[in-house]
Amino acid sequence: MSIRRISAIVLRQFYLLRGSPARLLPIIAWVAIDIVLWGFITRYLNAIASSGFNFVSLLLGAVLFWDFCSRIMHGVTTAFLEDVWSRNFLNIFATPLSIPEYLAGLVITSFATGLMALVVMLVLAATVFGLSFFVYGAALIPFLLVLFLFGIAIGIVGCAIVLRFGPASEWLVWPIPALLSPLAGVFYPVETLPHWMQYLSRLLPPSYVFEGMRTIVSGGGAPGSTLVWGGCLAALYVLLACWLFTRTYRLAVRTGLIARYSAESVG
Amino acid sequence: MRSVFAVNETQHSDDHHTPAVLSATKLRKLYGETIAVEDVSFTVGRNEIVGLLGPNGAGKTTTINMILGVLQPGSGTISIEGVDIATRRSEALQRTNFAAAYAPLPGNLTVYQNLRFFGLLYGAGDLQERIQRLLKEFDLERLRNVKCGVLSSGEQTRATLAKAMLNDPQLLLLDEPTASLDPATAREIRVKIRAFASRGEVGVLWTSQNMYEVEEVCNRVLFLSRGKILLEGDPKTLPREHGKETLEELFIAVAREPLSLKV
Repeated sequence: MSIRRISAIVLRQFYLLRGSPARLLPIIAWVAIDIVLWGFITRYLNAIASSGFNFVSLLLGAVLFWDFCSRIMHGVTTAFLEDVWSRNFLNIFATPLSIPEYLAGLVITSFATGLMALVVMLVLAATVFGLSFFVYGAALIPFLLVLFLFGIAIGIVGCAIVLRFGPASEWLVWPIPALLSPLAGVFYPVETLPHWMQYLSRLLPPSYVFEGMRTIVSGGGAPGSTLVWGGCLAALYVLLACWLFTRTYRLAVRTGLIARYSAESVG
Repeated sequence: MRSVFAVNETQHSDDHHTPAVLSATKLRKLYGETIAVEDVSFTVGRNEIVGLLGPNGAGKTTTINMILGVLQPGSGTISIEGVDIATRRSEALQRTNFAAAYAPLPGNLTVYQNLRFFGLLYGAGDLQERIQRLLKEFDLERLRNVKCGVLSSGEQTRATLAKAMLNDPQLLLLDEPTASLDPATAREIRVKIRAFASRGEVGVLWTSQNMYEVEEVCNRVLFLSRGKILLEGDPKTLPREHGKETLEELFIAVAREPLSLKV
C-alpha cells in the first residue's frame, strides 16, 4: 500500500469540498436539520408524557447515531461517485493505484466528512436540546466504532452496486440506510418486530448499538459482550464488502466495463 | 514488405540487448462472440514512435486499454520494461502514462489540482518542480487555477498531455491525441511529443486517423484490421511496397479490402 497514492485520493476529495459549498453544505446541513426536527419532537414528547421519561437521550441520541452511520456510508459512496460523475475511471484505474489503496482513500475521506457531521450534531444536540453524552458513558466510543464500520461496509457495497450496474443505479444506493433502519431498531426495541424480522435484525450490527443504548438510558449497564459481537459482525461486513468490490472490479476489467463505463454502456 | 509475423526481426530493443519498452504477445480479446483483438503481437522499442492504425472498430482502443491494465486480455501477455502487467500491475503502470481525446481530466478540478492528484498517483518525484516545468512547457501557466471543464479542446489536450508526462513514462500511449484540434495546435502538440520521445529511452504508441501526421511522426506503423495486425513497416515506404501512393490510400485499402493485402 502506498501512502502517497492513498493521500492522492483524499486530496482530490479535499479539493472538491474546498472548491464547492454545494458539496460541503449537505455534509452538515441535512444532519443539522434532522437534529433540529427530532430535538423538537423529543421536547414535545417530554412535555406530554406523564412518565417523566427523558426522550432526548433515547430518540435524539438514536437519530444522532443513525445519522452518523448514514453519513459515513454516504461519505464513501459520494467520494466514489465523484469519479463516476466526472467519468474519471479510465484515468484513475490506468494509474498504479491498487484497489485497497483506492478503498482506503474513500474510507479516510468518509471518516473526515463523517467527523464533521458528528461534531455539528453533537454541538447542536448538546447546546440546543440538552443531550448529554455522559449518559452513554464509555460505551459511546464502541457505539460510534460499530456504526462507523457498518457505514463503511454498506458504503463499499453501494460502490460495488454502482460499478456493476452503472451510474443510474446510484438511486438504489442512496436509500440503503432508510431501508435498513426499520430492521436496525433505531427507534424501538428489536422485540417490537415480528419474529422473522428479529432474525434479520440480529444480522445488523447497529441493532446491537441501539439495544445497548436503550439499556443504558433505562438504567442498565453497558452491554459489553453484545457490543463486541456487533463490532465483530461489522468488521466481518467490511471485509466482505471489500471482497465484493474487488470481485466486481475484476469483473469490470474482464468485461471491459471500466474502459467503457458510462450510463449508456452499462445495462 | 514485412508481415506482422516478422515482428521480432524489427525489435529496436534487440539492438541494445535490453527488453523492449512494450512487448505485447499473442493478445486476444472477445466481447461475447465478437472478436475484438486476435493474435496481436508487437513491440515498441526505445526512442521509437509506433503508429497503431486502422479503421474504427479495428481493435486499436481495445489494444491500448489492455496495455493500460483496464481491460484484461482473454489470452496473451503484456510487459512494460520487462514487467508483466498481469502479475505486477502497479510496477508496470508506474512506467506508463497515456493521453486520449476520450479521457479528459476531471473537469471539476483545476489544471494544477489535476496535475498534483495524478502526480501523487503516479509517484512522480519532485512533484512541485515537475508540475511547474510542465505548466511552462505546455503553456498552461495562465490556466493553472482554471477548472479543466472550462478549457478549450486545445487547452484540454495540453493539460492531458502534461498529465501524461508527469512521471516521465518510459512508455507513452497516445490515443488520437490531436483529434479535434486545429492544424496549428496539432502541429505544436506533435512537436512537443517528438521532443519528449527523443529524450531518454522512451517508447511511444500512437493512434491517429490523420495519415499525414502519422507519416510525419512515426518511425514504424502497424495496421490493424478486424482485430489483427495486417501490415507493419516504415510509414514512408510501406505505401509503395503495397502499390499505393500514400499512407492514406493504403489505409483506405486496408479498411475496405483487408484480405487483398494479407501477406
